[in-house]
Amino acid sequence: MNLPLTIKETKAGLLNKKFSAVELVDEYLKNIEANKDLNAFLTVSHEEAYKKAKEIDNNLQDTPLLGVTVAHKDLYLTKGIRTTAASKVLESYIPQYSATVVDRIEKAGGITLGKTNCDAWAHGGSGENSDFGPTKNPWNKTHVPGGSSSGSAVAVAAGLSLVATGTDTGGSIRQPANFCGVVGLKPTYGAVSRYGVIAMASSLDTMGSFGRTVEDVETVFNVIKGSDGYDSTVVDSAFRIPHSKLKIGIPKEYFTDGLDKEVEKSIMEASKVFEKAGVELVPVSLPNTKHAVSVYYIIQPAEVSSNLERYDGIRFGNSREDFGAEAKRRIMLGTYVLSVGYYDAYYLKAQKVRSKLIQDFDLAFEKVDAILAPVAPTAAFELGEKNSDPLKMYLEDIFTVSANLAGIPGLAIPSGFNKQGLPLGFQLLGPRFGENILFELGKIYEKSK
Amino acid sequence: MAKLTRQDVLHIAKLAKLSLTDDEVEKFTAQLSSILKYVDELNSVDTSEVDPTSQTTGLVNVFRDDEIKTDQILSQAEALSGTDETYNGYFRVPTILEGRTDK
Repeated sequence: MNLPLTIKETKAGLLNKKFSAVELVDEYLKNIEANKDLNAFLTVSHEEAYKKAKEIDNNLQDTPLLGVTVAHKDLYLTKGIRTTAASKVLESYIPQYSATVVDRIEKAGGITLGKTNCDAWAHGGSGENSDFGPTKNPWNKTHVPGGSSSGSAVAVAAGLSLVATGTDTGGSIRQPANFCGVVGLKPTYGAVSRYGVIAMASSLDTMGSFGRTVEDVETVFNVIKGSDGYDSTVVDSAFRIPHSKLKIGIPKEYFTDGLDKEVEKSIMEASKVFEKAGVELVPVSLPNTKHAVSVYYIIQPAEVSSNLERYDGIRFGNSREDFGAEAKRRIMLGTYVLSVGYYDAYYLKAQKVRSKLIQDFDLAFEKVDAILAPVAPTAAFELGEKNSDPLKMYLEDIFTVSANLAGIPGLAIPSGFNKQGLPLGFQLLGPRFGENILFELGKIYEKSK
Repeated sequence: MAKLTRQDVLHIAKLAKLSLTDDEVEKFTAQLSSILKYVDELNSVDTSEVDPTSQTTGLVNVFRDDEIKTDQILSQAEALSGTDETYNGYFRVPTILEGRTDK
């Protein structure tokens, strides 16, 4: 059978009895099996997938995600299905409850196919830092798929699942979406509950998804958003309504010498598509962008060191001996910047510069509805190219971390391919709770390009 | 101040309850020093007029009613299901207090 390409097609096919949910699961599981060399999945949940598919076939109801296959990043707790965070520490951990996002997707008719590979504890920007081996880019297997939500981006790009969940703490949804040529949404901090998702850096972690179209990502977002009573940072805020005449800001600080020429050209082409569709382009300035990586690599490891403290090997999981090198490095860095004598110099200073980054965005969003920017300095790089030097890998995050520090949403959209045949794309950043503006612009782009 | 010594690294590892091999100590001494040297650039930013940001929601003191939420409670068996080290329905933990030797 030809697999449906969107949520709408999936639902229509099921409701019109063109295919059954069991047939869909057959087909996706076949694809997963045939693409094992991509190392996108850590656990495939055959039994649960068929159980859910049969339930759907026996009682067809028009729910928002009817029969939609979903792969969850292995940071999302799934009751009864092994959850590892791609770390040996949780090699055989079986959760007793599911994350709110997992629950809501299942209740909306989604079918869980399994758990995807990622950089261990979501630490990484290449997908190479998994304790269970690197994920490969489906467009070229000698290149990285990006990270940390590597397997989820690959699953959607390679047709192993229709949608997939990810977490974005410093770009971990947008960057792999960009490297794999799929759509990825990092929501506003506080829009989606983090309950039941293994914590990385608690003031930065956001729960989002991957899909083949902006509309699919929007549909999933509308299912997972909103308070659940289990995450006190979630606000049922009124989402902004897009103006009829939209303005996009182009931040000059994102177009620096380090930006690959082909990437830059593709973003300029995307801006022309928007302009032709009647969107006004306005130059904006985000002067503190150059400090974002420094701020991020103080605040994030500080929060990581505190969150990973709980893995003591007593109540669940293995001992701290099983942490990999990157987790240890971040725990060490975080412990240092929080320790007596260094707290003010590093942590407090970073928190203050974080305020300045937020002010930059606040000022820009007084003038424009959204900001158009690159996601990463280059297209997907080669496996092994950057993983010997941690600082070099950290600098890869330069264009993504600001959105997390400011708590604003970002939508990564594919735009084409470079000369090597690797995906190119861009991100749209919006004001807090401006997801609908990003969806609107994303759909304008998809229609007009 | 960005240059870390071997002693610094061993001290941080102790605070973080990590045991490092000699190789790791050596590697982290160099790598953490280079990361700290990079982030030192923040000292050039004037932050005299801003308050620190610890979170972006603007929320303060979020409370809920002090009620038992039965759907959020694990049974004893579920709570213990992640470890083999149990004793009479409790977690078995490593000894931290040895018997007194002074009397």
